[in-house]
Order: sequence, then C-alpha cells, then structure tokens
Amino acid sequence: MIERPARRRALRFLATAGVSVALPSAGYAQSPALSTRPIPSTGERIPAVGLGTWITFNVGNDTVARDACAEVMRNFVAAGGRMIDTSPMYGSSQDVIGYGLRKGGLAERVFSADKVWVSSGARGREQIEQSRRKWQVDRLDLVQVHNLLGWQEHLPTLFAMKAAGQIRYVGITTSEGRRNRDIEALMRDRPIDFVQITYNPVDREVEERILPLARDRGIAVIVNRPFREGELTRSLAGRPLPAWAAEIDCTTWAQLILKFIVSHPAVTCAIPATSKVAHVRENMAAASGRMPDAALRKRVIAVVEH
Amino acid sequence: MPEWWTYSLSDFLMFSPRTYYRQIELYNLAIWPAQLVGAGIGAAILAIVCRPTALRGRIVAGLLAGCWLWIAWAFHFERYAQISTGAPWFAAAFAVQALLLVGLGVVAGGVELRSARSPGGAIAIVLVMLAIVAYPFLAPLTGRAWTTAESFGVAPDPTAIATAATLALVKGRIRWVFLAIPLAWCLVSAATLGPLDAPEVWAVLVAMALVLWVATRKS
Repeated sequence: MIERPARRRALRFLATAGVSVALPSAGYAQSPALSTRPIPSTGERIPAVGLGTWITFNVGNDTVARDACAEVMRNFVAAGGRMIDTSPMYGSSQDVIGYGLRKGGLAERVFSADKVWVSSGARGREQIEQSRRKWQVDRLDLVQVHNLLGWQEHLPTLFAMKAAGQIRYVGITTSEGRRNRDIEALMRDRPIDFVQITYNPVDREVEERILPLARDRGIAVIVNRPFREGELTRSLAGRPLPAWAAEIDCTTWAQLILKFIVSHPAVTCAIPATSKVAHVRENMAAASGRMPDAALRKRVIAVVEH
Repeated sequence: MPEWWTYSLSDFLMFSPRTYYRQIELYNLAIWPAQLVGAGIGAAILAIVCRPTALRGRIVAGLLAGCWLWIAWAFHFERYAQISTGAPWFAAAFAVQALLLVGLGVVAGGVELRSARSPGGAIAIVLVMLAIVAYPFLAPLTGRAWTTAESFGVAPDPTAIATAATLALVKGRIRWVFLAIPLAWCLVSAATLGPLDAPEVWAVLVAMALVLWVATRKS
C-alpha cells in the first residue's frame, strides 16, 4: 500500500503528540480504532472525544427525552467513548446521566467527570456526594472546580478526597477565555490533574499560554464548547466541505473541527454535547482515522474563519 | 461574578427550546382540564373589570391571587424547577404576588379600579382580552403543537400580562406594588424567550410596554 504524504504527515504529527490508538472495549470490535490520550499524571489513557451534557441532558423528568439521552450514552459507549462531563449547574443532567448509566449498565465503562459548583467551601463535600449519588456510581473519577467558583476552599477539599481515594483526579474549569490568568496561576502552583478550557478553530487564545503550560506541567486538557454551542456548525452548514477534508477522514464539518481540536498535542479530550445519536456517532468518528498535521490545522482555521 | 461583561443572556440558558416546550406540553397534559377553569376565571375577570360593581376590586384580586398561587406551585415548583435552577425563586415570587393580592387587595380592599373609559383603560381591557383569548393561539401560529399552548390562569406569561394590564388600572401609587412582580416576570420571561428565539418574546415585551404606558396615565 502506498502511503500518501498527508497520511505520513499525520502519523508523524501524532507520534510527536504522544497519541496512540486503541480498540473500543470488547464486544465493540467492529468500531474503528479510537485515538486515545494519556492523562499525564497517571498515564491512564482515555479516548480523545468525550460527551458533554450542558443543555442537551437537562430534560427534567420527561421519560421520552431521558430515554433519548440514554440511547445517546449507549451509542457513545458502544463507539468506545468514555468521558462524560457534567456539573451540578446543568439542571437535571446528573440525574439523566444516572438514569442512562443504570438503563444501559454502563457505569463501569465510563469516565465520570463532574464539578463542584457552590460558593461555600463547607458545602463542597456535600455537593460532590450528592452528585455521586445522582450518577449512581461508587466514586467519581474526576471532580473539577466549576469556573473557579470558590477554588480557594474547594481545591484543598478535592486534594484531600483524592488522597483518601474518594475521587481519582482533580481539575479546574473555565469557558470562553474567562479568568485565564487565574487558570494559569493555578496550573503553575497547584498539583491539578486536569484543566478544562474552551478551544476551537475560532477561539484559540489558549494556544498562547494555557496549552503550552499544560504540556510543560503535565496537566490533561479537556476542551469544552468545541462548536461554540452549535454556532460554528450552524454557520458552516450550507458550505461544502473542502476536498482535502478526506485526507484526514472527515466527512462533516463537525469532524473537521473536532479533529482540529484533538490533534493539538496538549489536548486530552474534547467534549461535544449532543442529544442526537447520529451526532454522537459522527463525533466519535472524529476520534479515529487520520489527524491533521500542522499545515492542515492552518487550513482548517482558514476555512472555518473565512 | 468575575468578568460579568463577557456573559450574554444565552450563557444563562440551561435548556433547549425543545425541552422548554416539552415541559409546557407535559404540564398541560398533566393538569387538563384546568386550562378551561383558567379561561373561565379570565372571562369572569374581564366581565367584572368592564362592569363597575361594589366588590369588583376584591373579587378580581382574589381570582388573580388563586391563579398566581397555582402557577407558583404547579408550574414553577413542580414542573419548571426540573430544568431551571431559578424556578424555586420564581415560585416564591409568584406566591408573594398571591399574598399581596390577598392581603392588600382582598383583605385591605386596595384594588380600586379606574373606569375602563379612563385614559388607557381601553388598551388595558384589550390587553387582558388578548392575554386570555389570543395568547394560547401563539403556539399553533408559531408552528408549535396545540399541546404546548400557554393559557391564562395556568401559564405564567399570559397570566402575568393579564394581571399587569388589569392592575395598571388600580388607583393610586399602590398599583406599582401590585405591578412590580408581574412586570419583573415579563422581563425574566423575555430574557428566557429571547435566547430561545421564541417569537412570543415580542408579545411579552410589547404587552409590558403598553402596561407601563397605561399605568403612567393620570386617572
């Protein structure tokens, strides 16, 4: 088989980014191999595309909508996905995740990423325990301080919980470039495992300092709002996908954007939110196949910004 | 809130339009035929406001109080709270409005209404009529199912509009006490409907502007 230049470039780029591929869990071997990334603090590998739940999973007690979310989760896990991210701020999303995990028997397969979102440090543990119960899991894998709210009190609590084995990882989050200076300072000073930020072909401020710092400090990076809450994909919907997208196995704009994000060497996992099975399959396909090299990444920026 | 200027209304929207109207649909199905009771109460209020009688202020205040209390519990607390973290606060505000109507309107007799022929009176009456009769039609007119229609007495928006239009006719400065929560709700609702791209936002905003115009007319 003749290896095309784009493929060679992509493989070389991935090799330098510490990317490897892995098959989804047993029973789903028909799915394409997923690109996984190591969590620097432990080396544990997770697929490069996860599942966000902001807005999409806040459906209340509506059984029909809950079943639809459970189906999204089932398809996500079937495609090899692991990280599901939510927050107490997301209304009923935690309950809906718990419903989906129980219905699909998925609790053992997912990487649970939640947040603490309360200004009072004294109420942090209580909220985390409440979140765990809603997920219906033995312990949460990752707990992040949501938008740095009350981080001064919450971070010591989270580190203590990690030391006691009550959670596995500690993180901090922000979105849309807010409080990046505070984020940077915490990344330098505190032994956090994860940082969650906004990054996509349009919002690239984090490329300057946050992403390089994450690499230097060995901090895993979760990327939220990859599609700017759908704004990006909506604005591109009427435009034809460039022919070169096929060089990196993209058939949709969403995949092109996701591949741009997860091909950054500092990024661990992007978490697009969706309530549609077709979209979750489309998103998960972006975690497999060839990834863009530096030159193709520039072309993605140019075509999306155009 | 740090860097508050970087936030827009859509940043506070916690749910999709589909989820929002689905909650209204499930609520409508769960409470049917309470909508008919609400329409009956609306018709009664309209008739009472148009016909001067001795007890009309107390009766109108009592009927409105019942509607606000019902919405506080059945809609905001039981239903909307499933998807909105602000809903328990909205429930509390609606309950306070019901208490105000009972305390200042029914018990103290503070709802003394201007004549429908007074300045702005006709506009207020038309607004009440539109909120009761026309508002439910916004659902099918904007391409939604009938089951998502919002009707007076059980849904917050038409109830707040009809209440504000009625109470804009109250004599004296006390009307501003009665108007504060209904008008505040109109603002909150517009801040929700706007990011949802719901055309009803214009109905709410125009109604609010007209109520303010009526309320500031000299009796």
